[in-house]
Amino acid sequence: MTTYLIRQADLLGGAPTDLLVRDGVIADIGDIGSSAGAEELDATDLVALPGLVDLHTHLREPGREDAETVLTGTQAAARGGFTAVHAMANTDPVADTAGVVEQVWRLGREGGYCDVQPVGAVTVGLSGQQLAELGAMADSAAGVRVFSDDGRCVSDAVLMRRALEYVKAFDGVVAQHAQEPRLTEDAQMNEGELSGVLGLRGWPAVAEEAVIARDCLLAAHVGSRLHICHVSTAGSVEIVRWAKGRGCNVTAEVTPHHLLLTDELATTYDPVYKVNPPLRTRADVEALREGLADGTIDCVATDHAPHPSEDKACEWSAAAFGMVGLETALSVVQQTMVDTGLLDWAGVADRFSRRPAEIGRLGSQGRGLQIGAPANIVLIDPAARRPVDPGDTASLSRNTPFEGLELPGRVVHTFLRGVPTVADGKLQ
Amino acid sequence: MRRHLLSSADLTRDDALLVLDTTAEMRALADRPIKKSPALRGRTVVNLFFEDSTRTRISFEAAAKRLSADVINFAAKGSSLSKGESLKDTALTLEAMGADAVVIRHGASGAPHRLANSGWVNSSVVNAGDGTHEHPTQALLDAFTIRRHLGDIDGRRVAIVGDVLHSRVARSNALLLSTLGAEVTLVAPPTLLPVGVESWPVATSYDLDATLPKSDVVMMLRVQRERMNLSGGGFFPSAREYSRRYGLDARRMAQMPDDALVMHPGPMIRGMEISADVADSDRSVIVEQVTNGVAVRMAVLYLLLSGSSTATQETPQLATDHPETDPAEADA
Repeated sequence: MTTYLIRQADLLGGAPTDLLVRDGVIADIGDIGSSAGAEELDATDLVALPGLVDLHTHLREPGREDAETVLTGTQAAARGGFTAVHAMANTDPVADTAGVVEQVWRLGREGGYCDVQPVGAVTVGLSGQQLAELGAMADSAAGVRVFSDDGRCVSDAVLMRRALEYVKAFDGVVAQHAQEPRLTEDAQMNEGELSGVLGLRGWPAVAEEAVIARDCLLAAHVGSRLHICHVSTAGSVEIVRWAKGRGCNVTAEVTPHHLLLTDELATTYDPVYKVNPPLRTRADVEALREGLADGTIDCVATDHAPHPSEDKACEWSAAAFGMVGLETALSVVQQTMVDTGLLDWAGVADRFSRRPAEIGRLGSQGRGLQIGAPANIVLIDPAARRPVDPGDTASLSRNTPFEGLELPGRVVHTFLRGVPTVADGKLQ
Repeated sequence: MRRHLLSSADLTRDDALLVLDTTAEMRALADRPIKKSPALRGRTVVNLFFEDSTRTRISFEAAAKRLSADVINFAAKGSSLSKGESLKDTALTLEAMGADAVVIRHGASGAPHRLANSGWVNSSVVNAGDGTHEHPTQALLDAFTIRRHLGDIDGRRVAIVGDVLHSRVARSNALLLSTLGAEVTLVAPPTLLPVGVESWPVATSYDLDATLPKSDVVMMLRVQRERMNLSGGGFFPSAREYSRRYGLDARRMAQMPDDALVMHPGPMIRGMEISADVADSDRSVIVEQVTNGVAVRMAVLYLLLSGSSTATQETPQLATDHPETDPAEADA
């Protein structure tokens, strides 16, 4: 295994420091004279962050290998600076058994680009009727700790209560896609001024907020851990803040696209902007940024949702929901949180590595840049700027909503346990 | 005018007046023994209908034919569309066939925008009704009909009554009639007014009886049951209650000013939003709306196509600045 001596990296955006990576761990930090046999890497003006951890990734395998595979998805993740991703359960077959989660987990290990931690379905077939064998998935080689019917809300209050209680046995967490189904039948975009004008059926904020409120109360009642997926409204931030204030064990994530884009984009009727939950208003974007800055929202998660072009090159209502995001996530976070002064790089490391790893109970991830920690490191050039080119991706899909936007920051090197997965911006 | 007609919002006041003036000329053509002009000879108009709509398709077809355009009707049923071919592939096919204008009716809001703005076709796109978004030629024909009976639209009070939420006709009319200076009031139960309607250039009311005496035009909308079921249903307790509160019957019509018009874009549900005696009364201009529909669509196709760069060598015979030209003779 090659030993790397990373020279003069700005540690979490701080002073230039050397990092010695040996045998998969960070062996030394500081002013390092030299190290025999080490390959030196000049990291002047690059910021060193711990490898990013995504709590919410759709890798599509098994079932939709035309959209993404575990291999291509993890390659995209490595290019985006990630060293771990949580693979969502809505595959075909659904990841609701030990067999499927082990398959996904193993594919990730074989690829070697990024740790793949499967998320297990809460209910059999995501159908919202009956609990899946959560314990079997927890006990499998994949060691599942996060359970979610993402894409579908566990709307039945009793079923949600049972799931919250049941996963306590193995320190699991239920990650809720908060969407009251009756309030959002055939919903297409944020319900507001624009949905009325555009004639697109509305997805009201209350449909998200009502479920979050209910689940926070349920989680507090049964003393369980609850995670809220892709919080998208100002009201949701308020409710999570209130619940945390009452001591409820709730965590929440926000996506990069909800930190930057608004429902104005629906006026193009271009389904590349169609996503669930939908893009909201400017006021919601501001509240989400504030919530992430003050810690009400614990982490950023991409909700990377690849789709083949035919599922987007069509009319809005026929199009699939979702956007790719692994390779643009850090840039969007830099633009919306760092360059605006809301978070420093240490804050980014917290929200995009430490906290998600903690929520997902990933012991070897999110340990930060310290001696003895696994060498999961990303080096970025914060001064770089680039227009987003959908074709410049390792993903099989091109459905990025950021096409043409000039975003700051570039991932230069990614190390997974001391092994470079990306070097000089190129996949290894 | 622009290259496409996708929304009433695309029309400035001058654009709209140009269409209405041109419609008047087209309407005069209809009264002649030979109802045909060579203005669009050699041009191809495709009627691309993804939703059943016999009346609108026939109206566009008649309009294009009276201007001597070649017309291709492309309906969802019995074509490749029912085999799952996408809007994009259909568009590419039409482009390969050399369509100059595509008239599209689609169940999805925004489908005409996609067709016009995705680079799939170079032709002009005319929105013949998209989902619950807009139906701009319906608004133009309604404006034309109002103008024919009441003169200038400026300052006229128009009530649009019923299922505004699901109505593309209401959206297009609210925008166009406001552009033309009318005072528009949307009248509906609160469940059938869109969220955000306060930002529209209109007034709203839940009370039909209070609005009728102050209305020069009352435009009734069809209750769109099929769309209501898709969005959760339950918008009002019963058809009987709806009819009692928001239906237009003879008793209500009597509250209207003497020369006020009753309009309906069709198809009507007699006994639901409008009673049969009102629909057939002398206040009703519902049948005339259909006649004017052909003239308005002629004007739109003419204005969109006759000036474009791909026009045939032939000089359009029905230029708006030569109203005395007899198109029938020119065709001879």
